[in-house]
Amino acid sequence: MTTATESTDVVVIGSGFGGAIAAYHFAAGGARVVVLERGPWLKAEEFEHDYKLGSSYTRVFDFVVGDGMSVLSGNCVGGGSVVYFATMPRAPRFVFERHGSIGRRMWPASISRDNLDPWYDRVAEALPVTRQSWDRVPYAGGLFAAACAHAGRTANPPPAAVDLDECVNCNWMMAGCRFDAKRSLLLNYLPAALAHGAGIRPLHEVQQLTRNDDGGYRVHYRIIDDEDYRILHESGAIDAKLVVLAAGAGATPVILQRSEAALGPMPHAVGRYFSGNGERLNTAVFDEDRVREVLGLSRPGGHAYAAYQIGRGPTVASWDRLDGRLPEYERFSLEQLYFPPGLGTILAQAPGAADPSWFGLPKKEMLRRWQSWLTIFTMSEDDNEGVFGPPPETGNAHRLSMQMLGDGPLRYRPTPNTWRGWSLADAEVKDILERDGLARVAPWTNDLVGAYTVHPLASCRIGDDPATSALDDRHELRGHPGIFVTDGSAVPGALTVNPALTIAALAERAMPGMVRAAQERGVAVRYGAPAPGAGTAARVATAQTA
Amino acid sequence: MQPDEHDAGPARTATIEAFADTIIPGEKRSPGDRAIAGADSTGGAVAAGALELLEQPGGGLAEALDSLFYTLNDHAAGYAAKHGLVLDDDVPAFVALPFEHRTALVRELTAPEHPEKQMWVALALFSNMAFDSAAHISTAEALASRHPGLLTIGYFPPDADGLSRFPQYSYGRVLAPSHPQTTVTGDPA
Repeated sequence: MTTATESTDVVVIGSGFGGAIAAYHFAAGGARVVVLERGPWLKAEEFEHDYKLGSSYTRVFDFVVGDGMSVLSGNCVGGGSVVYFATMPRAPRFVFERHGSIGRRMWPASISRDNLDPWYDRVAEALPVTRQSWDRVPYAGGLFAAACAHAGRTANPPPAAVDLDECVNCNWMMAGCRFDAKRSLLLNYLPAALAHGAGIRPLHEVQQLTRNDDGGYRVHYRIIDDEDYRILHESGAIDAKLVVLAAGAGATPVILQRSEAALGPMPHAVGRYFSGNGERLNTAVFDEDRVREVLGLSRPGGHAYAAYQIGRGPTVASWDRLDGRLPEYERFSLEQLYFPPGLGTILAQAPGAADPSWFGLPKKEMLRRWQSWLTIFTMSEDDNEGVFGPPPETGNAHRLSMQMLGDGPLRYRPTPNTWRGWSLADAEVKDILERDGLARVAPWTNDLVGAYTVHPLASCRIGDDPATSALDDRHELRGHPGIFVTDGSAVPGALTVNPALTIAALAERAMPGMVRAAQERGVAVRYGAPAPGAGTAARVATAQTA
Repeated sequence: MQPDEHDAGPARTATIEAFADTIIPGEKRSPGDRAIAGADSTGGAVAAGALELLEQPGGGLAEALDSLFYTLNDHAAGYAAKHGLVLDDDVPAFVALPFEHRTALVRELTAPEHPEKQMWVALALFSNMAFDSAAHISTAEALASRHPGLLTIGYFPPDADGLSRFPQYSYGRVLAPSHPQTTVTGDPA
């Protein structure tokens, strides 16, 4: 080495759930921590209710189009937690027993729902996550619930990380929460990490890792332009004794692939086994008269529903098919959802229209009834079909627009297993919503940007089998000691529910082991910090749940 | 008509407008309007600002519009020949296509197996985005100017400070039985 490079104990790559939780515990335990985040750092007052290209709405998330799969993910300090809909159910018990495409249990033997529950508790306490009550369910959730009940199904308001006393039901949460009602990481783990001395550097996009002579790693980054993400500025590097990679399931494997030339061969599962969480969307257009007549719903102003825009994303889910006795690939949850305009209408197909149904006159007719739409979100069991091709020159995508839109190297071809789940879910949605003329419904088209997911998973996953997992059950990258992965890429497969709480619980669970690994590498750090803000968070959560 | 490379402006504009109008159809701006087919009676993607959005450098398609213009008209001429259509030659070939044939051609170009699919899908995506969210101007400005897309979808305007709030948001009652195995924390078992 001829020039001095900055050094620290732990570099955390990414500031979403996997990164923020690691940054907090390491910093609180006494380690020097630097968090590198490729996106901007926005605060509540900077979250605009504006669809203009260049507003916070397009700055904080990425839509990466692949070959057969498109991925929506966070691109900001706070990562997915800033753009997520804060729906936080625990994964059902059967999920941990799944075999998926490998013919035996996918999850490490050391993890089950029972022994993950205490870690779920930690996250629920920290954010906090609270049980929701029917009297505060927005119209769209209520409509879905009423339709489910009419069809003899059950429906639940899932637990959520939203402070309802602050929420104004503006439905802008995908662009960040202006009112700090959504409990993103900007309100708990990240400020707590900062308070303990961690540094967070936005617009630092990590490109690759190299190994140092002392067994540590050098993390190489480029500075991203604040406004036009297609422009990269100077490069830099930081040395670390231990690296926590949490760039998201769409980026973590790409960074590792790009590092292979310097680090040596990666485990086979790096960039393979990607899961889109079995996700699929249907859009229904409701007949307002039938909603009133059949379901007996009405709201002030004389409408039965006509309130798609009002609310806070998904607030009611139907869990009837989360039944462990059903065969694998036939289990799924259905969740009412709001998708904002901008990207939320183009893929919707006009129900009953002749091909083409995603554009033209039938689509415009459908748009005229937008306030009577209801989007139903399927989360099912896919087959971990996704494989990442060679990485782009920088980042995880070739950026088309200055923000938000790019094309990436992910290839996904849904198997008959995945299609079975989707078809069953589509039929279930149709059976519930078209009953007695309530609505007409059609799935989103997969022909334009492939399948799509807002919950990318499993591209660098934990497991017991080195041939089909990239990480051991401590989240350490096989063959590369000192590199840990704690984001959605570590989750072995589809969860049938929203994955954020599971990603976060796994990160919490991995902490004691990561702290031990840091100690073994000479870092003066201890494990055992309380939940960030624990003085009040747990009481608030209990009070709201009681 | 062979596009004149030295004066592609009006022809290019008309061609891209005709494509956007195929995605979200609108009313003609004047009786002589050729780019907009007039398949619908209210403003569509063109009136919503599709061209303005596409021409923004930040969008990523601005530099490709020339190439898209030539290629789209090549495809349109080929389509017309294949289907035995005789096109007016006083407007670009795609503009000369009747609405139902524009629709059929766009369907071909955006089909999964088409080699240029990604570019045409991107063009459709931006045409739609101009309509459903007015992504080229601030939402406040769009609402103030009665943006045809936001008007069509019946978008509820924000409060005076530009922020949306919906104090009335809930039917306020239990509307379905909960799953019998719901845990004490409200989770699936």
